[in-house]
Amino acid sequence: MTGTSENNETIIEVTDLTRYYGRLAAVDNISFTVRRGEVFAFLGPNGAGKTTTIKMLTTLIKPSAGTIRLNGYDPIRNQDAARRSFGIVFQDPSLDEELTAYENMVLHGVLYHMPPQIRDERIKMLLQMMQLWERKNEQVKKYSGGMKRRLEIARGLMHLPHILFLDEPTLGLDPQTRNLLWGHIRELNKKEKVTIFLTTHIMEEAERVADTVAVIDHGIIIDQGSPRELVERTGSTSLEEAFLALTGKTIREEGPESFRQMAGQYLRRRRL
Amino acid sequence: MKVIYILWLRQLKRYFRSKSRIIGALGQPLLFLFALGFGLGPVFERAGEGDYLQFLVPGIIAMSILFTSMFNGIEIIWDRQFGFLKETLVAPVSRVNIMLGRTVGGASVAIFQGVIILFIAFLIGFRPADLSGLPVALLFMFLIAILFTALGTAIASLLEDMHGFQLIMNFLVMPLFFLSGALFPIQELPAVVDTLVKINPLSYGVDGLRGSLLGVYHIGLSTDLAVLSVCGLILVIIGAYLFTRIEA
Repeated sequence: MTGTSENNETIIEVTDLTRYYGRLAAVDNISFTVRRGEVFAFLGPNGAGKTTTIKMLTTLIKPSAGTIRLNGYDPIRNQDAARRSFGIVFQDPSLDEELTAYENMVLHGVLYHMPPQIRDERIKMLLQMMQLWERKNEQVKKYSGGMKRRLEIARGLMHLPHILFLDEPTLGLDPQTRNLLWGHIRELNKKEKVTIFLTTHIMEEAERVADTVAVIDHGIIIDQGSPRELVERTGSTSLEEAFLALTGKTIREEGPESFRQMAGQYLRRRRL
Repeated sequence: MKVIYILWLRQLKRYFRSKSRIIGALGQPLLFLFALGFGLGPVFERAGEGDYLQFLVPGIIAMSILFTSMFNGIEIIWDRQFGFLKETLVAPVSRVNIMLGRTVGGASVAIFQGVIILFIAFLIGFRPADLSGLPVALLFMFLIAILFTALGTAIASLLEDMHGFQLIMNFLVMPLFFLSGALFPIQELPAVVDTLVKINPLSYGVDGLRGSLLGVYHIGLSTDLAVLSVCGLILVIIGAYLFTRIEA
């Protein structure tokens, strides 16, 4: 547990959230809460429903059912207020590579209605923190993968959000860059008191940085707690083992319907 | 307004920084201009229709603007697949403003492309009838550019990926171009072709450009302006509506 979570104030509240694509429930009636200032890891195998959940939380798609509260705002009714509450680093690159790092940051600042003086100060602070200030006037297409990721994180934090969504932020990065990046994220979590909501496939990372972990598979949250709690409950020695115990290969190959039944049985056993 | 301005500026910066894009977008119009202008020129003249290069240049300008505008509108699909669109879609700004910024930016790029064609045409012998017609020609370039960037945006808002792009080029953009009077006079056409030309908004753009640059309108200045303005407005509204419904 490395985050700065100090209180029980809820900043994200998800209740019975569901999203259908045709007849398939990509996210199926999930509920969870995230406390202000904590690092919340949302884990699951490919296609489990992580990105769909993040898309609903960040107003990119509408839920089929259920409610969301982000920093107290309903993203459907108070869309702009909800949007101002969070920053996001998408799974896929989302920078304009023809623009310079500085121009990408300015564009973001204008989209979030930041006054020019505050915007410029903030750009300088964040680019310096991410060690990109010296190369701020280079086109992003000349940046390495790690530099682009750092820039995306800086951009996500530009408008002083309360929540930062990180959708697989270290995907495709080498261990050195990943280490550097997590150092920055931890620093920001402490310094700016920003709540981090992250997805990752690298369990070691989640174990190291997360206060709370939720495991989703086939659209259902199958377990939730601190990394230590998950490890203890599954009788594992690491979060990776716990993750495999929860989302194991055998279960996956049996298809969604029987998976749901087994997940239901597991959850009922836990409640008993 | 700031949002529209910054997105307009983004489109211009992207355009001017991509030399290959500028040159690439000029390739096809210039090929048409040189191959058809000089190739069919003697035939056109023997048929008593005058200088084909003079006739062709407004059509090629319209072609260049059509292609560039549609591409700029359709670029949304690219942005959607490769990320940047999401950055704008999660921002606390009206999607109508985002669409307008992109449309005005795309249209500005298309107008610039049209002006380059006009300049090159001037170098190879094209002469406007009256220089006072140039501002009106620019107005027509603007109207064509807005109309087709909005059309591209509307179509792109409905498509998930670039697979439909070739379909749009073959079954929409090319027919729009060939059935606009850009390459041939629109008088005394067979009834079916005549109808298709009349329902094609680009025909009014080509006629407007030809009239403003050469002094001879076949449809009429006021009709050309009215049709392009109304069609442009309708397509901007449709494009904005569809853009607001995009799910990333």
